[in-house]
Amino acid sequence: MTLEDLYREVIMDHYRQPRNRGALDHANVVMEGVNPLCGDEIKLWLSIDDAGVITGASFDGHGCSISQSSASIMTAAVIGKPLADAHAVIAGFRGMMLDGAPPDEALLGDGVALEGVRKFPVRIKCAVLSWNTLKLGLDEHAAANGQHVELQHSES
Amino acid sequence: MAVPISTAAGLDAAAIRADFPVLAEQVHGRPLVYLDNAATSQKPRAVIDALQTYYETYNANIHRGLHALSERATAEYEDARARVARFINAAHSHEVIFTRGTTEAINLVARGWGDEHVGEGDEILLTEMEHHSNLVPWQMLAQRRGASLRYIPMDAEGRIDLEAYARMFGPQTRLVTVTQMSNVLGTITPAAEIVQIAHVHGVPVLLDAAQSIPHLAVDVQDLNADFVAFSGHKMLGPTGIGVLYGRETLLDAMEPLFGGGSMIRVVQLHQSSWTELPYKLEGGTPNIAGAIGLGAAVDYLQAVGMPNVTAHELELTEYALALLSDVDGVRVFGPPDATDRGGVISFYVGDVHPHDVGTLLDAEGIAVRAGHHCAQPLMRKLGVAATARASLYLYNTAAEVDCLAAGIARAKAFFA
Repeated sequence: MTLEDLYREVIMDHYRQPRNRGALDHANVVMEGVNPLCGDEIKLWLSIDDAGVITGASFDGHGCSISQSSASIMTAAVIGKPLADAHAVIAGFRGMMLDGAPPDEALLGDGVALEGVRKFPVRIKCAVLSWNTLKLGLDEHAAANGQHVELQHSES
Repeated sequence: MAVPISTAAGLDAAAIRADFPVLAEQVHGRPLVYLDNAATSQKPRAVIDALQTYYETYNANIHRGLHALSERATAEYEDARARVARFINAAHSHEVIFTRGTTEAINLVARGWGDEHVGEGDEILLTEMEHHSNLVPWQMLAQRRGASLRYIPMDAEGRIDLEAYARMFGPQTRLVTVTQMSNVLGTITPAAEIVQIAHVHGVPVLLDAAQSIPHLAVDVQDLNADFVAFSGHKMLGPTGIGVLYGRETLLDAMEPLFGGGSMIRVVQLHQSSWTELPYKLEGGTPNIAGAIGLGAAVDYLQAVGMPNVTAHELELTEYALALLSDVDGVRVFGPPDATDRGGVISFYVGDVHPHDVGTLLDAEGIAVRAGHHCAQPLMRKLGVAATARASLYLYNTAAEVDCLAAGIARAKAFFA
C-alpha cells in the first residue's frame, strides 16, 4: 500500500482542476448525496434531453480529494451518453470499487484511476458517493418520466 | 500488576508506555503514534490480564450461583463498582450504575428520569458542543413529551456565557445537561458553577464526563452533580462498559430502562416489583468482564495519580498548540492556550480536507480522527464539515507531537 495508489496523478489533476464544477443552467435533475460518517456532501445537476441523452452534468459540494475528484471524473464520463450507457458506466464503476471487477478503461475513462482506493477500505465510500448519487438521480428521473427502472442490488 | 512509576515531578511516560502492549506495534512499517485517545484509549497489560484472569479462572454469572466461581465473580464485580465509586468519590457504591457506555447512561436518564419529570412545555438546557450522545436522547425525549431544548450561549471556543446561562432559568426548566470537556474543542466547562447556578433554581444537572473523567480528577460530591455519565473504554478500560453515577434519591425515583433478570424483587403473572439500587437499573446479565476490567483501569490510573496524568497532558497540549500554530496555514480550533483545556486538538490544514490529512498521517503510522466527531451542530457553528483531531493521553510523548507536526507539514506540502 502506498500513497501513490491512492493519490494518482489523474486524481490529483481532477482534484486541483475539477471539471464541470458549479450549478448547471437548465438542469432537469438535481440530486444531493451525503456521507453521514464523514460529512461529505455532493450536489449533482443533470440535463437529460427528450431522447434520453445526458447533455450536461455538473457537481458541487465539499469533501476530500477522493470524493471531489471522483465526482469530476464521473461528470466527464457521462456527459453525452444515453441513459443506458450511463447506467453501464455506473455499474462498471461500482463493480470495480465494491466487487473488485477489473478496471475497464474503455468504459470508465479516468475512473480507472480510482481503483487504487480499494487498498484504503475506509476511503471507498468517498469514491462511490457521487456515483451512488448519480444513480439515485437517474432512477428518480426515470420514475418521474414513468419509465420502468430495474433497481440494482446495492451494498451501500 | 506492574506499578507505574510516577514522581512528584510528573510521570515517566517511557515506563508507562512499556505497560501498553499495542504501543510497540508498527503501522505501515512505522512505529505507531496513537493520537486518537478521545475516540478510545489503549489498554494497559493490567486491564488485559484482568479480563483474561476472569475468563480463565472464575468465569461465572453473578448474584445467582451458590458455587465458588459465582461468589468470586460477584465479589470482583462489586469490588469494581466500589473502586469506581471511590475514583469519582461517590457517597455510595450503589450510586454507580454499570451501563454499556456513556450513550446508554444518558439514555437511561432520558427515559428513566426524563419520562417521569419532563412534560409539555418544559425545557432542557444544553450546549451546541454536545456530542450526539448528549443531544439526540434529549431531542427524542423532547419529542415524546412536547418539551423543548434551549442552547446555552457560548463562543466558538466553547466558552460558556455563565451570566446568560443564569438568566435562562424559568418555571419550566427541568434539566441542565452539558459536557464537562468538549470532544472537539477540548474546552473544559465550568461544571461546578454550572451546577451551582442550576441548583439555585432547583434544577438537576447531568454532566457528560466521557472526555473529562479519563484525564481529570473528578469528585462528584465536590461538583455536586446529580448525574454523571462516562465510558470505560476512554479511560484505559474495555469497550462495552460505562457508568451512570446518580444521586441516590434521583436513582431511587427512576424507572428501569430494561425489565428482565436481576432487576426484580417479585415477579407475578401480570406485574412485578423492582429490587433495590443499583440492580434495579442493571437488568440482565451485565458486562461482568468489562466491569472487572474497568476496575483494573481505575487502579492503574490511581497508581499513576490523576494529577500527574492531568499535568503531563497539560504540558503536552501546550507544546502541541505552540508547535501547530507555527505550521503555516494550520488552524487550531478551541481555546488557543492550554488553560481550561484538555488535550483534544482539532485542526484544519490549509485547504487540505481532514480525510486526506488523516490518510497521509496514517501512512506515517500516526493515528488521528478525521470527521465531524459526532458533533454536527458544532461543526456548523465552526463553519466546517469536518476537522482532523489529535487527542493525547498519559502515554503520549513530546516526540510523538513532533511526529504529528512534521506529518502535518508534509501533508500540506503533498497537496500544495
